[in-house]
Amino acid sequence: MKNKKNIAPVLKIKDLKKSFGDNHVLNGFTMELYKGENLVIMGKSGSGKSVMIKCLVGLMEPDSGDIEIMSKAIHQLGRNELDNLRTKIGFLFQGSALYDSMTVRENLEFPLRKNKEKFKQKETLVLEALENVGLTHAIDLMPVELSGGMKRRVALARAIILKPKIIIYDEPTTGLDPITAKEIIELMREIQQKHGTSSLIITHDVDCARVTANRMILLIDGINYAEGTFQELATSTDKKIQAFFK
Amino acid sequence: MIKLLQIPINFKAFLIEIGDLAYFASRFFKEVFSSPFEFKELVRQCYIIGNRSLLLVGVTGFILGLVFTLQSRPTLMEFGAESWMPSMVSISIVREIGPMMIALICAGRISSGIGAELGSMRVTEQIDAMEVSGTNPFKYLVVTRIMATTLMVPLLIIFGDAIALYGSAIVENLKGDVSYQLYFNKVFNALKFADLIPAIIKTVFFGFAIGLVGTYKGYNCKKGTAGVGEASNSAVVYTSMLLFIIDFIAVFIADIFFEI
Repeated sequence: MKNKKNIAPVLKIKDLKKSFGDNHVLNGFTMELYKGENLVIMGKSGSGKSVMIKCLVGLMEPDSGDIEIMSKAIHQLGRNELDNLRTKIGFLFQGSALYDSMTVRENLEFPLRKNKEKFKQKETLVLEALENVGLTHAIDLMPVELSGGMKRRVALARAIILKPKIIIYDEPTTGLDPITAKEIIELMREIQQKHGTSSLIITHDVDCARVTANRMILLIDGINYAEGTFQELATSTDKKIQAFFK
Repeated sequence: MIKLLQIPINFKAFLIEIGDLAYFASRFFKEVFSSPFEFKELVRQCYIIGNRSLLLVGVTGFILGLVFTLQSRPTLMEFGAESWMPSMVSISIVREIGPMMIALICAGRISSGIGAELGSMRVTEQIDAMEVSGTNPFKYLVVTRIMATTLMVPLLIIFGDAIALYGSAIVENLKGDVSYQLYFNKVFNALKFADLIPAIIKTVFFGFAIGLVGTYKGYNCKKGTAGVGEASNSAVVYTSMLLFIIDFIAVFIADIFFEI
């Protein structure tokens, strides 16, 4: 990925800081994500990974720092501009976050409401997204009728339905059995190859990182502690880094 | 000493809560008039809130009219004033007892339901998911629900009042040999413009309060699944309190303008 450093990143975070009272979660975190890249961010529970991605999509206000997505500084955007930018980002939530009161079809149609052109083709787009995750047969089921793995797949289908340029995965394999986790990881790779999206993957699952990462960042003490390929970090002699790969 | 100190701390928290609720209400008024309008969701919420509360409100109203008449009858008979029963029951129910009782029932059924539903959506990140998909969740979830309760609660109260009067008529028919026609003639003769209009206007505010507190508690729910129960519970408590305050203000204003 080193050759990509000459290209403008699709996502850029500079010196991001966020505190909750005396708890300084992010202490100047900096990172860049390039087109077509799979960037994995690893960190312990409570290290600020989720806070960082919430700041990234405007769900949380950082104390200071700059966030640029596709060359747009998100803190300068109005509500409508931010909403338009958000349609170019897919987000897979840790707990899937499917809308309980809607069927799988309605869950997938929901992000299309903003775009009249795409809403007209909703039937085709929903089926296409479900085909991508192998769940066309579940189209009329309610979320409560789905297993954990199926929920994650539907959530992934919802994240990709608008064909986003960037997909953010928040702990995509947490709470899944090893076989289902492998299936989800494989699906993530397939989607990345098929659509050429850039992926930001937040995880503490080493297997997930090993399979998906082009590049990795270790988030320790609220900063970008180490950066490199999986191989480079896995063979590091630094004790703090080693702790992740034991 | 600690307990004494706790009172101002709790009072401060209470005032902060009132401030937050007022800010939430101002956001509602800002968003309700700006596009896009979520008509489909509004109609769906009207159906859920109205249709699903119909049976509960009907049964409550019927028993209210029945019991109220049964309890009042012996006292009126003692003074030879049982012929005043339809007037007394209709004025009491339409002006005060009906709207208040049914609004309290709606607070328990609707406000807690909204609090639990939105609270659960908040803790399972469904509201965040809506936000990142480019939809304004405040508009989609909050505005539609407050609008729906403001529209449907007055209709539910009118329906409940009518059923309560019917329950009262049954008792009068069985116990006092009063025909339904005579009973309702007396009811409509007793009820005046000054009884109906203030009573209906205040139900609109009742509906608004029920929706506002339910959505406020649910939308701002924290502390995981325990917070969902807390949101639902406190939605009922705050709404009930607010209903009594609105009722007091409404009666006070009606007394000035209509000389009731």
